[in-house]
Amino acid sequence: MQQIINFILRYKNFLLYLVLLAISLALTIQSHSYHQSKFFNSSNWLTGNVYKTTSNITTYFGLGEENKKLVEENKRLRTILFNQKTKDTITIDTTNIHYKVIASQVIKNSYGLPRNYITINKGSKHGVEPDMGVITDHGILGIIENTSKNFATVQSILNTRSRINAKIKNTNHYGSLVWNQKDFNTVQLTDIERLVPVKIGDTVVTGASSSIFPENIPIGTIKSFDLINTQNAYSIDIKLFNDMSSIKSIYVIDNIQREEIKQLEAKTYNDPQ
Amino acid sequence: MIRNSYFINVIRFVLLILVQVLIFNKLNFFGYINPMVYILFLYWYPIKKKRPAFLLSSFLLGFMVDLFSDTLALHAAATVTIAYLRPTIMRFCFGVNYEFQSFKLTNTTSAQQFTFLALLITIHHLVFFTVEIFSFANTLLILKKTMFFSLATLILCLLLSSLFSVKKE
Repeated sequence: MQQIINFILRYKNFLLYLVLLAISLALTIQSHSYHQSKFFNSSNWLTGNVYKTTSNITTYFGLGEENKKLVEENKRLRTILFNQKTKDTITIDTTNIHYKVIASQVIKNSYGLPRNYITINKGSKHGVEPDMGVITDHGILGIIENTSKNFATVQSILNTRSRINAKIKNTNHYGSLVWNQKDFNTVQLTDIERLVPVKIGDTVVTGASSSIFPENIPIGTIKSFDLINTQNAYSIDIKLFNDMSSIKSIYVIDNIQREEIKQLEAKTYNDPQ
Repeated sequence: MIRNSYFINVIRFVLLILVQVLIFNKLNFFGYINPMVYILFLYWYPIKKKRPAFLLSSFLLGFMVDLFSDTLALHAAATVTIAYLRPTIMRFCFGVNYEFQSFKLTNTTSAQQFTFLALLITIHHLVFFTVEIFSFANTLLILKKTMFFSLATLILCLLLSSLFSVKKE
């Protein structure tokens, strides 16, 4: 017994080091599974408020630029609106509304790591929940990962864990959108079969088989492609419409039917048949 | 005197975290290089303090940076490793005389200080990227990242440490 105590006293620094290292490694390895840790992320009270305060100060410097972007978006939407052949009255029927949109601002952006997370200034208080889609005026940005009362973290498409269903516009060939960490303005579309006609410059949009994003949200254009012979599939580089390094205003998309879809899927998968 | 150095350390701790997450995490040299200047905390930390407290505060420092940058515990693991190895590194850089009571970081030659800082940074980054990438298939990538990041961190740490040089402690 004496010897054990002596041993512990003698190596207390080493043991303390081992314990601390074990804690950090456990937290890291746990995060290699699908979800980020529930509490240790930048949507918590302390980090959220620090980022909010600094973002409040720094947004003033980019206000003109941001205004220009929003006017540009308004212009585009108005053009669509004016050129649409509408009847005299537009009926808004609540049974036809499938998506709700929550406007928000980025308070912390990141694009240099292998796993990037973005923090936004809306949280569960405003109706933001995990697994909602996030887009900007140009295209998709990511999926909500964690929420706190006032903040939320977004798993960016620039994240090695991100897999989003996407397709080539006007076709029905689906693939998944991944990122190879090389360039923050380029992502990869995989699993597109070799029979599909692929051309440089084609637009890539979100696919229909996702309950997170509506169909046909723009992602980017095809920059280059390669045929992987062993897999009989293309590997396609996509240049994003978004400039991932300067993102401010974003929209969170809430699919009202998502709960229903999820329940149905859970039921189907749990069925022994 | 003891209280004084205690306060200096607390202020350093908070300031280095804020500087790291609010300025240096947004630098993105060449698209992805963010120097990790908070290592200076371990470089400046008094030598004669108790080691458990040092290990714990280093862990906390890394963990706070992790919280802010959504990297879970990568910074914490790397920082606690160099905190544990610091006495060994110091013995390597300064020889046996660092164990004397009169030893001060400012009394050593600048070459010794440079080696000390460079070793701290390199080991930190090596651990950091090994845990981050977490596969031995990418050893080359780990080494490449360690090299580039170490270089950037070293340059910025040298600049910062010459700006806020420790005069008497």
